[in-house]
Amino acid sequence: MMTRTLSQDLYDQLEGYIDSIEPTEAALIEVLHEAQHIFGYLPMEVQLFIGEKLHVPASKVFGVVSFYSYFTTEPKGKYVINICTGTACFVRNAESIVREFEKALNIKTGETTGNKKYTIDCLRCVGACGLAPVVMVNEDVYGKVTVDDVYKIIAKYTE
Amino acid sequence: MERINNLDTLIQMQKEFENIMEIRKSTVTNTERRELLICGGTGCVSSESLKLLENLKDEIKKHGLEDKVRASITGCFGFCEKGPIVKVFPEDVFYVGVTPGDAANIVSTHLVQGRKVERLLYEEPALKKKVDTQHEMEFYKKQKRIALRNCGLINPELIEEYIANRGYEALGRCLLEMTPKEVIHIIKTSGLRGRGGGGFPTGLKWEYASKMDSPIKYVVCNADEGDPGAFMDRSILEGDPHSIIEAMVITGYSIGSNKGFVYIRAEYPLAIKRLKNALKQAKQAGLLGQNIMGTGFNFDIDIKYGAGAFVCGEETALIHSIEGGRGEPTTKPPFPAEKGLWDKPTSVNNVETFANVPAIIINGASWYNKFGSDTSKGTKVFALAGKINNVGLVEVPMGISLREIIYDIGGGIKDGKEFKAVQTGGPSGGCITADQLDVKIDYESLYSIGSMMGSGGMIVIDEDNCIVDIAKFYLQFTVEESCGKCTPCRVGNKRLYEMLTKITEGKGTEEDLETLRTLAETIKLTSLCGLGQTAPNPVLSTMKYFHEEYLAHVRDKKCPAGVCQSLLRYTISEEKCIGCTKCARVCPVSCISGKVKEVHVIDQDLCIKCGACFDACPVNAISKG
Repeated sequence: MMTRTLSQDLYDQLEGYIDSIEPTEAALIEVLHEAQHIFGYLPMEVQLFIGEKLHVPASKVFGVVSFYSYFTTEPKGKYVINICTGTACFVRNAESIVREFEKALNIKTGETTGNKKYTIDCLRCVGACGLAPVVMVNEDVYGKVTVDDVYKIIAKYTE
Repeated sequence: MERINNLDTLIQMQKEFENIMEIRKSTVTNTERRELLICGGTGCVSSESLKLLENLKDEIKKHGLEDKVRASITGCFGFCEKGPIVKVFPEDVFYVGVTPGDAANIVSTHLVQGRKVERLLYEEPALKKKVDTQHEMEFYKKQKRIALRNCGLINPELIEEYIANRGYEALGRCLLEMTPKEVIHIIKTSGLRGRGGGGFPTGLKWEYASKMDSPIKYVVCNADEGDPGAFMDRSILEGDPHSIIEAMVITGYSIGSNKGFVYIRAEYPLAIKRLKNALKQAKQAGLLGQNIMGTGFNFDIDIKYGAGAFVCGEETALIHSIEGGRGEPTTKPPFPAEKGLWDKPTSVNNVETFANVPAIIINGASWYNKFGSDTSKGTKVFALAGKINNVGLVEVPMGISLREIIYDIGGGIKDGKEFKAVQTGGPSGGCITADQLDVKIDYESLYSIGSMMGSGGMIVIDEDNCIVDIAKFYLQFTVEESCGKCTPCRVGNKRLYEMLTKITEGKGTEEDLETLRTLAETIKLTSLCGLGQTAPNPVLSTMKYFHEEYLAHVRDKKCPAGVCQSLLRYTISEEKCIGCTKCARVCPVSCISGKVKEVHVIDQDLCIKCGACFDACPVNAISKG
């Protein structure tokens, strides 16, 4: 068995959740959602743990994790900057917002800064097309974002 | 709420709650009572509408009006461009772009002094004057709200308000007064077709599933709204979740199923919250779960979450995802109606389709099929977005023309720019050009001009958008979302994307255009599921209608819209340049030469088209094109 490096408390939380539902293969995706919520990401040791608890082969767990874009096997920064690149935002210049964030934080989309503070990601349509282009930082939504707003937004998340 | 054990109790409740509705339907006007409805959809919530509601409540309290004035949230009004929206009843006044800071003004001026707050009223651009109510707005005049009937009218978090507007009456009538066959017959004759994009007749789908001999069957609500730019399903779930629950129970009764699933995107937290709340309320009221309305019929609904895979909107892929696996599609037949979830007969219907069902049952099939065109009955919700003045959600009778939607309802193109095309059907659809604006919209006519209805996203593109770039955008989307199971889609679309990239970089040739077309057609013919079969549509339709623009890219190495970076040419105007040297200093490859106070020149052979000089010039002497 692989040694676990992550906090036992978090594993207990996940185990508690799995015990509260019917632990079948059909529950795999919702367990992964919960695990990502608890751990922030889904490293191999967590995937193996889930496989054992649900009696699902690890290969299947990995197959599902890698299929869905919502699941991540890498830890993300404290502030995840999600730029909507759905069509409505795209035609209203979301690309230039992405470039500006990349320039400001000196990382590419999908990467995390060295101090684990910021991650830049793109998402497909939050459905607030009236506010296009839209940027989300964790749960906060910013609408009608311009290139000039980029630095102002980052400045709000410096802690 | 106490359990509702028969239809009489429900009807009685409806009467009891009627007073909630009468002030909103403006049947009572001579009253001191006021009601404020604030949009609580995702768009307006992002613009602080919940803070606004809080402030309004505080102000109402401060002025001692709690007994006379109620303020609450409601679902999406559709006029997202000017959100947040506040409606005041019974006057029916429609305030737009309201911020939390406006609360005090609305309460003191409108509620206390009885005068409208002029500056928050909507100005109708055509009339150049402020209008008081929704009915006077061009945006609403041509709309017919059936699926969105409760959005902007009731508080989606209170089952009482849904019941007050005849909610769950359709379910009661089905369970107590009709046989499953009769229910299916009504849906069949209504002409309702799948609103997720497929357009398959809903009644027929139910009939297939009902004829299957199986003790276990399932009803699935497809709320995996993945088409970027379409947000009607989310708005319905946020604004009227009970209508989906009611329709799913009706479907269960019709096909002989006791279990339903709502498969919803995890990216829709607010919709999930409202749906969960509605499920709980419906259960408590005996409208879901065991012995529904005392009839002995049982039906339960569980929520299943998507995890970010566009292909899961395809019904067989969606089923595999509910089963806990990778959302890969399988060939049809067998159709889900025969062999679906865990190999049991399953009816998969879209959110908007479901939202129509209770209204059809209550008003009758002949009421519903009065709206629409010959082949496509009823209404369709479209999400208008892109370069259009009134971004928002509109519900119109089928058969309306695109021109009416874009110009009459949508208010035309933003900033007075030239209309170029409208993209319908998302990554599976195509572009419609200016000469086709008078085409009547229905499933067949859109298909005949190389696009499709899809889920109802309508993205307006203007002269500043490059058509090759748009096609490339959609291909990039499909390449990322292809599940990888079949080769034409996995490999073919990637090659299409590479070719389009080559063209936007100015490295394409005229022969490439021919290869592009042949490959696109092959992918269409040979892919396994709907995603792959339709993925080349954005390429084929733009190539057909904007051939010149493609030619400009490959032959003249120019991007007429000035979007494709590599094809741009930056030049400094001799007249305007003041010789400040700013451009030369920011140029990363030092290709700008010139002395102080003399005209500067860009060496085109060295220029990497980064645009830094363009941004740096203080006198706009640098032009691109």
